[in-house]
Amino acid sequence: MKVLLPLFAVIALVVLAVVGVKGAHLNGLFGIVIPYAAFVIFLGGMIARVTGWARSPVPFKIPSTCGQQKSLPWIKADNLESPHNTAGVIGRMALEVLFFRSLFRNTQADYRGGDQKLTYGSEKFLWAAGLAFHWTFLYIFLRHLRFFLEPIPFFVPFLEGLDGLLQIGVPRLFMTDLVILAAVTFLVVRRLMLPQVRYISLPADYFPLFLILGIAISGILMRYFIKVDLVGVKALTMSLVTLSPRVPEGPIGSVFYVHLFLISVLFAYFPFSKLVHMGGVFLSPTRNQANNSREVRHVNPWNYPVKHFTYEEYEDEFREVMIGAGLPVDKQADTPAETAE
Amino acid sequence: MSKVPPAAELAKIDHQPPETPWMGTPVEFRPGTWCYSGKPKVVEELGLPNAREWSPADEDWKLPDGWQKIIYEGFKERLGKYRSLKIFMDICVRCGACADKCHFFLGTGDPKNMPVLRAELLRSVYRKDFTTAGKILGGFAGARELTVDVLKEWFYYFYQCTECRRCSVFCPYGIDTAEVTMMARELLHLVGVNINWILEPAANCSRTGNHLGLQPHTFRDCIDSLCEDIEEVTGLHIEVPLNKKGAEVLFLTPSADVFADPGIYTFMGYILLFEHIGLDYTMTTYASEGGNFGLFTNQETMKKLNAKMYAEAKRLGVKWILGGECGHMWRVIHQYMDTMNGPADFLEVPVSPITGTKFENAKSTKMVHITEFTADLIQHNKLKLDPHRNNHRTVTFHDSCNTSRAMGLFEEPRYILKNVVNNFHEMPETTIREQTFCCGSGTGLNTDEYMEMRMRGGFPRANAVKHVHEKHGVDLLSCICAIDRATLSTLMQYWVPMVDAAGVHELVGNALVMEGENERTTDLREEPLADVEGEDDAV
Amino acid sequence: MDLTSLLTQKKAAILDGWFDRIVASYPPDSAKMLKKNDRFSNPLGSTLFREIDRLFDELLTGGVHVDRVTLSLDSLMRIKAVQDFAPSEAIGFVFSLKEAIRSNLTAELQEDGLAKDLVVYESRIDELALISFDVYMKCREAIFQLKTDELKRQTHKLLERANRIGGTAQK
Repeated sequence: MKVLLPLFAVIALVVLAVVGVKGAHLNGLFGIVIPYAAFVIFLGGMIARVTGWARSPVPFKIPSTCGQQKSLPWIKADNLESPHNTAGVIGRMALEVLFFRSLFRNTQADYRGGDQKLTYGSEKFLWAAGLAFHWTFLYIFLRHLRFFLEPIPFFVPFLEGLDGLLQIGVPRLFMTDLVILAAVTFLVVRRLMLPQVRYISLPADYFPLFLILGIAISGILMRYFIKVDLVGVKALTMSLVTLSPRVPEGPIGSVFYVHLFLISVLFAYFPFSKLVHMGGVFLSPTRNQANNSREVRHVNPWNYPVKHFTYEEYEDEFREVMIGAGLPVDKQADTPAETAE
Repeated sequence: MSKVPPAAELAKIDHQPPETPWMGTPVEFRPGTWCYSGKPKVVEELGLPNAREWSPADEDWKLPDGWQKIIYEGFKERLGKYRSLKIFMDICVRCGACADKCHFFLGTGDPKNMPVLRAELLRSVYRKDFTTAGKILGGFAGARELTVDVLKEWFYYFYQCTECRRCSVFCPYGIDTAEVTMMARELLHLVGVNINWILEPAANCSRTGNHLGLQPHTFRDCIDSLCEDIEEVTGLHIEVPLNKKGAEVLFLTPSADVFADPGIYTFMGYILLFEHIGLDYTMTTYASEGGNFGLFTNQETMKKLNAKMYAEAKRLGVKWILGGECGHMWRVIHQYMDTMNGPADFLEVPVSPITGTKFENAKSTKMVHITEFTADLIQHNKLKLDPHRNNHRTVTFHDSCNTSRAMGLFEEPRYILKNVVNNFHEMPETTIREQTFCCGSGTGLNTDEYMEMRMRGGFPRANAVKHVHEKHGVDLLSCICAIDRATLSTLMQYWVPMVDAAGVHELVGNALVMEGENERTTDLREEPLADVEGEDDAV
Repeated sequence: MDLTSLLTQKKAAILDGWFDRIVASYPPDSAKMLKKNDRFSNPLGSTLFREIDRLFDELLTGGVHVDRVTLSLDSLMRIKAVQDFAPSEAIGFVFSLKEAIRSNLTAELQEDGLAKDLVVYESRIDELALISFDVYMKCREAIFQLKTDELKRQTHKLLERANRIGGTAQK
């Protein structure tokens, strides 16, 4: 149920787009209204999210340290795993955001075989698939700028050239298409196969995976198998970008509308889901703070006074026994203390 | 016996519980898996709400009227105060990287001990109350109502987390379950759901300065008695200054070091060290507890207990503060103290009076860790050390959670050990340093009614010790944490009986060659040293 | 073929069956996670697997050598004694070996002679169960001992002081 529900939801979305465009001819709705609405929701939602996070202060400096602190000058400090200044923090964040440093750490000591030899097996599949997925997603996103910018930026043909380096088929096969399919499939399969991960997974974890799979498949269908009117597509996308939306005269092909609709859903869903980790990772207090809290005082904006048990109260309560034990006191007892011991 | 019945016909008890999703599986409270609740008197003394007689095993927890509302308001307030909470509630993608990193999960096999799921216990309620998706989509978005069963589940599992932060090291977003657990425990306190083992020490520390509630004269007695023990081993008569005004340094350490075995041997090590270098220091009876059980209660209690340190430093007019070996004490000092109770502008930037080293890394908080201090002394060749005196021991080092993952203190204690111990072996790489395994009894869970659970939680640590014990003959587990010293002793007694636990400065104390001392025949535990003859074999 | 060689031949399958039956006594989700043989990332499962392997070999090499099986049973019982098991459940795992053997040798056991040999093996298994009960009790007692010892250590200096004062008073 956890898996099927989101799967059916995505299939329903596809059917909805096909019926909407082919059956009801709601090209305007699916080509213009929904994409605009999705974009507005995405933008508004993300801004609301990020400002929402930013509104809550960071009362304490709580980095999780994964390397040697900076203390004595002759002890080598690890400025990336336990950053003690801003440069270190930037470095740590860059490693985290660009290369998923923490996931890479996922090594495991292994004790296999009769000779009891310690080997370091790796659990790097998640890291590799995650990295492949996120980077190809970005790559494909940049490639798509061809449809949204005129003139086409210089790097787009370059990216396309690089992507089609294998020179297979006409149109040329983009490697990223294969990579993203493989990576997303792996992530789905992993969720289903690993008992731990299957146990913790929610419908909300499968849904975006299926959605992205749907987007990738519809995109691939369009490029290699069911040709759509590219001129029409570009006319539509450019009209959206230039804020003079207009659905082209001729038919573009319903696969395109499916593709566009699923992307719209992804955009609209984004701010309300776990996908906000894209923004949240930058604000994570355990990663984006320096481990220098004894060197530089961190200020808590809502710090308020709390009454503690003072020394005076303490001495008042224990003065006699303190004097008896020969401990110095600030105030002598009113009557000379009985020193019974 | 002509016919053998097939397997299925043999009597078979079905142990398999029905398969239910985690949200629908309520907790069962079996003895040994939960801690006693806070005594009403103690709860009142700390000014916490809903003081009453109750037990987690009861059906009715006597929650206050409208407790859901109280939790809701408390949750809302904390979301507004802590960005960490808000972010950690929102961005988890349930990738599962943390799943098998928790010692409680590894030791119990209980899936709700996977860090992601532990946080999800809170997150599910957060989604229901505070997110649009959760309100509309409910279970599809992973949201659920806060019921009594959910609250009980919180109590059960948030007191099965030792805030060790191991999972946070592996999380791609740095989601820190310690932070989540702290918030959950704060919320539970709002409706009077608490454990006595945390609250009573906290109340004691506030009033008497130490967690057992010893009065000043008893505290002094313990210290005097330790000085007698030192005299027995070394022949030296040493006095420990208490509440002395105008000393250069205030020395604070967990009070357990003064009266609990094996912490007392660590304490003897400190005293020998200070005598050796002629440090002008004082200890205090008023703020005699370095540890801070407020950290396991709520930030207000933590602040209240911690405030006594600076207050006492100011009253005594010392220049700076030196802190002994303790884990969570250092979490508080390193990451919270200056923010909560600073700025400590009445103190000076710490400078070692022996080496002249200025501790720039502590220039604002003005508090130095004893291993930083001692490592600096050794590096400047200011200590006369004879590591052979530790030859009767084969040593490994347990990185304490807090000094590792909340401080990054890895090399200092190792540098000291390298200079005072000849036989040293590290445990496997994935069980030390930032990946160290918790003792299983941190965050105030080191109570005896919780023994079974503690033994499970400490199993991964014990397992690694067992490995070096079998492979290298390790028989001493050194560490720099008072809770570790106490609980690792128990953990070892159960899982690896031939191994003892000790503080690093106990080993320093053994190795220190004191001026005018008798020739040592025993270590600080009054156990015989290795034969001089056998030295070469031992190395 | 005699039963001993049959058991040796089918060791892997029988052990798997035994292991599966043991982990079936855990909640289903824990059970799946225990099936990963890695000493440090899955200390529970790997200990389980290592020790039942040793026990099985012990059974095959004729008779139950008390000292050696105690060592293996100790590793296992030490874990079971701190988990949520009734004593019967904790020890029950020994008997599931009988099931594992029978289900793997269903056809072979119908042959003459083997059934008699099986009785020999099964009484060895019973013996194993009896020993494991002793070991289990020892572990439980160890836990009670831990509690008192820890309490003594926690208040070491105070007890010493109390004894001293008490001693002086007596004199």
